Amino acid sequence: MSYLRADIRQRADELVSLYPERRSAMLPLLHLVQEQDGYLSEEGMAEVAELTGTTPAEVRGTATFYDMYHLEPVGKYVVGVCTNIACLLAGGEEMLEHASATLGCAIGATSADGLFTLEETECLADCNIAPCVQVNHRYVRTTTPETFDALVSDLRAGKREEEIPPHGTLIRVRRSGGLRAPRQQVAAERDAAQKAREARAGGAQ
Amino acid sequence: MAQLTAPKIVSSRSEFSDSHTMSRYLATGGFTGLKKALTMNPEDVAAEVDAASLLGRGGAGFPAGRKWSMLRKAPVTYLVVNGDESEPATFKDHYLVEREPHQLVEGVTIAAYALQVSQAFIYLRGEFALGLERLQQAVNDAYEHGALGSNIFGSNFSLDIVVHPGAGAYICGEETSLIEALEGKRGFPRIKPPYFPAAIGLYGQPTVVNNVETMANMPWIVNNGGAAFAALGEGRSTGTRLFALSGRVKNPGVYELEMVKNTFRDIIFDPALGGGIVGDKKIKAFIPGGVSAPWFGPDDLDTPLGQDEVANKASMLGSGSIVVLDEDSCVVRAAWRITKFFSRESCGQCTPCREGSGWLERIMYRLEHGGGRREDLDLMLDLCDNIAPGLTWPPQQTTICVLGPSIPSSIHSAITMFRDDFIAHVEHNGCPHD
Repeated sequence: MSYLRADIRQRADELVSLYPERRSAMLPLLHLVQEQDGYLSEEGMAEVAELTGTTPAEVRGTATFYDMYHLEPVGKYVVGVCTNIACLLAGGEEMLEHASATLGCAIGATSADGLFTLEETECLADCNIAPCVQVNHRYVRTTTPETFDALVSDLRAGKREEEIPPHGTLIRVRRSGGLRAPRQQVAAERDAAQKAREARAGGAQ
Repeated sequence: MAQLTAPKIVSSRSEFSDSHTMSRYLATGGFTGLKKALTMNPEDVAAEVDAASLLGRGGAGFPAGRKWSMLRKAPVTYLVVNGDESEPATFKDHYLVEREPHQLVEGVTIAAYALQVSQAFIYLRGEFALGLERLQQAVNDAYEHGALGSNIFGSNFSLDIVVHPGAGAYICGEETSLIEALEGKRGFPRIKPPYFPAAIGLYGQPTVVNNVETMANMPWIVNNGGAAFAALGEGRSTGTRLFALSGRVKNPGVYELEMVKNTFRDIIFDPALGGGIVGDKKIKAFIPGGVSAPWFGPDDLDTPLGQDEVANKASMLGSGSIVVLDEDSCVVRAAWRITKFFSRESCGQCTPCREGSGWLERIMYRLEHGGGRREDLDLMLDLCDNIAPGLTWPPQQTTICVLGPSIPSSIHSAITMFRDDFIAHVEHNGCPHD
């Protein structure tokens, strides 16, 4: 029985079939777990282990290396404020303080209503519109306290949901076409080749 | 005066708000380069790139043609495109992926044809949600158009491109670390040698790793010839390049300029470009090529924007990002923030980088926020010397990758150029600007 929802599981299987080795799907699969749960649940990571042919410990060990993965629940909206060099020179620290006051949570914490998590980020590569703010990794380009507050009101009122999906949803454009052979065939051939390699390696020992 | 007559090679569609759509791409010469390439021998396409003398646009500036030729001896298995753009204040690949995704797909396809690779991966920074969606759409469009997949445009050449999202790690811009991440592991840079993934890359197979902007140049080079590209710029720095300008300037942004023909003064002060310093203040310093680069002062403004021209002044053009500090900017705070970044992003494999970055960050913090001591300056230089012995440029290597030796740049520059500012912080017991 799959822990991942049927539609997510189907996309997960498709992802695995794209790569010459299953484990390569690790990062995109973890993004999918976050799309379903908003963070990396134990059950979700266990299923990624199964999908990638690794152990839950290996999945966790990999996930903890990367900033975008959350091992605890976060708000519906993860607000990232950059304070790196270009934003620092444009008032990034002040924006972060302001965001903390407006959202009612400390840096790294989630607001009491569970709507917002605030993060101090490293450079987000949008340095000409500084200080840079992202919500769920979407650039919102609010460079003043006033525009930031207006954005927060919009989000609280449930506006802009189309532009900014809940935290975890990263890529809404589905891959179409592409594979030269049916997915199942590609996956079966790859897994047979992997087994053969392992058998050879086992024989050599 | 800035020289702005060179053709726009990678940002030719910047005037169109729909430059990311297939219809605009096709209406503006899209896929003509690929169609032409498919009528040529793969070796001849590679020869054009060689003739263009295109230097890799990721940061190291290694000639793309030479990188490829290392592989031509052995069949290449994979082409990996590095779109993990994370060097602070670098935002050119962000521009290219969001605004010109089809150009990237076409460029990758041309490069894959030249290398005769049938599988390519574009590793894109996870924080580029819109870029990831637009790039995936561009890949989908290309499949539908017959520009990707089996028998591209009726030829015998087939290619699959997978768009692979990263997950937030600066170090994954280092090519061997990127490969580890693409293999589904922690992004630890691999021990060298082998120095290039050309020998042992993805899944242990020969692999070419090229930057997004490098790939974006391919359609123009094929259409116009490598010689036309090489005719732009000067010396080793050929063609045009995207420069990302930020900090205390009136018009920050991404500017495509001919290499060497313009200076830092041009890009920072020309009304058509940076437009000068905010509030018409004086410039105090600038970082010429990403935060890993040693800083420049006002005396260096007339240095041309070229690879060797900047290297000859003991810094680097790096990722092509320029950060401007004005007379009111606190250099101690700037250097502290950059050090904090390196401390946070050190992968932790090598002791000089892991321990050195954290220690330096704590010293810089107390200088900026109170508690700093006069002897901290010598202590920091000693620490920096342990990470990059001799504090030369290019730096000596004590670690697996170049993140470690990049840490001292900002601190060493700030102390050397603005020692009085540090002393003022000690005497004031914190930042005098606060």
